[in-house]
Amino acid sequence: MKSKYLLVMLVGLLSTALLLAGCGGTDKKTSAPAAEKTKVAFVYVGPVGDAGWSYAHDQGRKYLMEKMPDVQTTIIESVPEGADSERVITQLAEQGHKIIFTTSFGYMDPTINVSKKYPNVVFMHCSGFKTAPNVGTYFGRIYQARYLSGIVAGKATKSNVIGYVAAHPIPEVIRGINAFTLGVRSVNPDAKVKVIWTNTWYDPAKEKQAGLSLLDAGADVIAQHQDTPGPQQAAEERGKFSIGYNTDMSKMAPKAVLTSAVWNWGPYYVNVVDAVKKGTWKSEQYWGPMKDNIVGLAPYGPMVTEETKKAVEDAKQKILSGQWDVFTGPIKDQSGAIRIAEGTKMSDQDMLQFNWFVEGVEGTIAK
Amino acid sequence: MPFSWEKRLTPSKFMLLAVPCIALLLSLLFCGVFLLITGRDPVEIYVAMISGALGSTYGLSETIVKAIPLMLCGLGISVAFRMQLWNIGAEGQLYVGALAATWLPLTFPALPAWVMLPLMVCLGMAGGALWAFVPGILRARWQVNEIITTLMLNYIGILWVSYLVYGPWRDPKGLNFPLTAQFPDAAILPFWGTSRIHIGLLLALAIVAFLYVLFNNSRWGYELKVIGSSPKAARYAGMNITRNICLAMLLSGAICGLAGMTEVSGIIGRLQPGLSPGYGYTGIIIAWLGQLNPLAIVIMSFLFGALQVGGYMVQTLGVPAAVASMIQGSILFFVIGAEILTRYRISYTGCKGGRSDRE
Repeated sequence: MKSKYLLVMLVGLLSTALLLAGCGGTDKKTSAPAAEKTKVAFVYVGPVGDAGWSYAHDQGRKYLMEKMPDVQTTIIESVPEGADSERVITQLAEQGHKIIFTTSFGYMDPTINVSKKYPNVVFMHCSGFKTAPNVGTYFGRIYQARYLSGIVAGKATKSNVIGYVAAHPIPEVIRGINAFTLGVRSVNPDAKVKVIWTNTWYDPAKEKQAGLSLLDAGADVIAQHQDTPGPQQAAEERGKFSIGYNTDMSKMAPKAVLTSAVWNWGPYYVNVVDAVKKGTWKSEQYWGPMKDNIVGLAPYGPMVTEETKKAVEDAKQKILSGQWDVFTGPIKDQSGAIRIAEGTKMSDQDMLQFNWFVEGVEGTIAK
Repeated sequence: MPFSWEKRLTPSKFMLLAVPCIALLLSLLFCGVFLLITGRDPVEIYVAMISGALGSTYGLSETIVKAIPLMLCGLGISVAFRMQLWNIGAEGQLYVGALAATWLPLTFPALPAWVMLPLMVCLGMAGGALWAFVPGILRARWQVNEIITTLMLNYIGILWVSYLVYGPWRDPKGLNFPLTAQFPDAAILPFWGTSRIHIGLLLALAIVAFLYVLFNNSRWGYELKVIGSSPKAARYAGMNITRNICLAMLLSGAICGLAGMTEVSGIIGRLQPGLSPGYGYTGIIIAWLGQLNPLAIVIMSFLFGALQVGGYMVQTLGVPAAVASMIQGSILFFVIGAEILTRYRISYTGCKGGRSDRE
């Protein structure tokens, strides 16, 4: 009996809801703006307030709005990478967004699926490897910035133990740890980089806890591949140093942060939107180098010495010249065996599927 | 106090109807005030929420898609809860069900659909059942608290999925990303037209019918209820409690495991971490709000699906995700909180000078 009443009540509720929805729909149409603005949407995996990954993308969006006032943007944040993302992307396309940036790896299949239904919408997927005529991928060579930040850490450490709080054992993260370690050991061959996996991109408390554990294990500089400044705060609390990631994290830990490896998406977003508007956009896999300014280092903290800055500047010029890149041999793996021969540059293909650590990393990759 | 709570002998039918409606209105009012204060138009936001979830064929179909795993978890949980077995391990059972079902297409990708899909359903249910059976037997034999064991097994189940996806089951062509290979077409559940509504909906509805008969018209359903409300009476009546605890947990876990199977086979098409945004936990609220009644669980899961689908659409108006969750949360808070009015009434005792004042 109970359920019968429930049913009646809910049907009533739903029909009211539908009615309301119907009315709302007509209202909206009449108030549509006369000016034709290009609608651009961004889908974020975390909240924009994470001060990390999604925040960096959102800074890029704000830059886009500033440079192109005839662009209207929509954001949807905290979208899980499972079944929800496909719906969110579909609804954005349905609402007339002309360009949709999906900014997390797990949106790859959903982005491709939705793109088939909306051939006139341009989809840009960040950090994946699948393309379609209307889907391009984009990413930056953050490992170059990480190498430079490694130099800063290698110069700063006294215990010769550097902690690295890492999210998931995927190639992108492994590549970053390796580049960072090569940077560290280019100026300090005795230093080691200890890795802790958190198995999460976004968990401020857990990330901080991992940072504290590394400090307990003797580290005096903490680096991270995480979306929040949790590990930076761990270093700040203990009076140690840290290297930020994603955005300039010095505001969150002013006494600890030496520098940060940062993303600078804004100019790239402007280029893409501009190309789409002019009709010159083509699907491609963009992996932007430091030369394009899509990645870089945040301003140094006051404790960084001139000597360190000089060492970083020299390495930076080498990278910018294009003659040399971070993964140029000889590079040994953890067992001491040479994996990249002297003078050989690792191919992009190999870098994209990195699954081994270089010498100097203390940690394991689940196989 | 001039007011006091008085228990109703039977839950009020009028209140059953009126309370959720009033609670919904109150929560919308409450959030409306908040939204107004923060300078947003509440009507516009509510309209976006409702029209996003129910205002178009696509939105409606997605609400149903979202309701399928919620419904299955809610139903699975209700079986155990009927017996006052607090199975809060639906999330882990879902993951293990997904894992077991994934094994088949990865190992025998060439099987035809008519063999593949029924076997995947069986494997999914077996996986979930196994995951629930462990706490079941521990509880039945040694009185180990099933709240703790089912909860802990959630983490273990989820970590097993991570282990396999990061390790042995990783797609060799996937550039070392934590994903299994995509399932062959034969391992994908059939779906309706261009929507994502898959045949899992029919499976779920079949389970609704099955549970309805089981709970209301079967001897075993009656035993569940008796053991739940009075184990001593049940033992006196000669019911086998150990066996029934195990059976209830097996059935409960099997249904939750099926939710995992339909999610990987019907929606995602591969196994990956982050498969479920907490369906197993939301299922607990759904089972509870549905008062463990299969039909009410169907309706509740549809409403929850709508609430979640609509929540994302609110963001297109520039409302942060946190505010969207706040609206969802306060709707739940009011509806659950108001439920007490169906079982109690407030009586006014003030003007006559309540007895308690004199004594």
